[in-house]
Amino acid sequence: MTDLFSKFDALIAQREGLLATGVKDPFSLVMEEVKSPTVAVVNGKETILLGTYNYMGMTFDDDVIAAGKQALDEFGAGTTGSRVLNGTFQGHKECEDALKEFYGMDHAMVFSTGYQANLGIISTIAGKGDYVILDIDSHASIYDGCKMGDAEIVAFRHNDVEALEKRLKRLPADAGKLVVLEGVYSMLGDVAPLKEMIRVSKEAGAMILVDEAHSMGFIGENGRGVAEEQGVLDDVDFVIGTFSKSVGTVGGFCVSNHPKFEIMRLVCRPYVFTASLPPAVVACSAASIRKLMHNGNKRAHLWENSRNLHQGLRDLGFKLGTPDAQSAIIAVIMPDLEKGAMMWAALLENGLYVNLARPPATPAGMTLLRCSLCAEHSSEQVADILSRFERAGKAVGII
Amino acid sequence: MTDRSEMFDRLKALIEPFNKKGVEVGETTTFAGDLEWDSLTVMDFVAEVEDSFDIIISMNLQAEIENVGQLVDAVTKLTAA
Repeated sequence: MTDLFSKFDALIAQREGLLATGVKDPFSLVMEEVKSPTVAVVNGKETILLGTYNYMGMTFDDDVIAAGKQALDEFGAGTTGSRVLNGTFQGHKECEDALKEFYGMDHAMVFSTGYQANLGIISTIAGKGDYVILDIDSHASIYDGCKMGDAEIVAFRHNDVEALEKRLKRLPADAGKLVVLEGVYSMLGDVAPLKEMIRVSKEAGAMILVDEAHSMGFIGENGRGVAEEQGVLDDVDFVIGTFSKSVGTVGGFCVSNHPKFEIMRLVCRPYVFTASLPPAVVACSAASIRKLMHNGNKRAHLWENSRNLHQGLRDLGFKLGTPDAQSAIIAVIMPDLEKGAMMWAALLENGLYVNLARPPATPAGMTLLRCSLCAEHSSEQVADILSRFERAGKAVGII
Repeated sequence: MTDRSEMFDRLKALIEPFNKKGVEVGETTTFAGDLEWDSLTVMDFVAEVEDSFDIIISMNLQAEIENVGQLVDAVTKLTAA
């Protein structure tokens, strides 16, 4: 018998090698208690959270929690059904209404996760003979959506407008084309030149999908994302987003002005063949989305946090993924996986949690310590975070 | 046959700057195995080939190309179209 697991041997060996050096396993951490959007107890120790994507700190918002409790009481623990059968409750419609209002768009479709939103929309709208043109650093859910569909997949160099334009021009003029972009790329926290990319895509007759998972709630005048910030939201055909970051719950969505959009509810398999979100989750999400519409002060504080952390880490001598703070993600580039894992563990010892990101999730084979800031981090916490980075960085010998 | 060897030579010339190991490149040389290219190198190389021949090598097609001979066939077909 061939052991089907033998294909994982190299990864198993790498992981064992890493653990043999004495570092704790970075991928089996448990949050024993969660005290607020910015503090949890890990290994019995109070720890500042700097790797949660909880950008707007909505997880413990009083109104959000109250909405969820009420829905739990009134509608029960789960829907036990697909959106197209028994799984659409009042709360799902209210959540979609909140999204339509948030984005000022005609249609909104809520999925059970952000992953499924990309998987479903991309695989369904781009079919045989069509082309999907995507940035090489696209999120796994975008790649998986491509893999699940029957379209031809064409990749271009990260954030390279010229490379995109060249490839679009080489495609058959009459073929269906979907250009897939992200507002903020989650590994380095860099922003896409959407304005130029959307212009060249429109010129080539392509439809455009933008994943705004890491920008919703705090980039753009109304928190609609990078496309809004760059003044091109009206040219985007489909915006994909998630509830598991700024919204503070779980779930995914697509909003669109396409006149035929509603047909997606019948043809999109990751929407049809799975159970819908529980009532409490959609109620929390709707309450959160409505609050995110009016959050100017929190947004300003989040930007202040992001800029302060970026400046502080640079001053300490760390190598960062972007020359300036472009989003609420600050990526610290590690020399290699082993040093990265040591630094990650040293930070945890110092009561600070960040994400350890490694290939193949990262671009260019990099090992990153990815920090994501929260509007609920106080200025004192950011100063505290910097001193913990300094201690850990010196202990590991990175700075 | 000359067409094919011309195509091979052109592609070999494009491979060389990425051939850090100094591997002897032949028809059966594999990109992942012999040349030990990672996904980033593959992307840079594919972009070079695409721009040199003004073609698109989709990721679907890339998945089927494992060695230099297969690349020669694929590019020949794409440029003939």
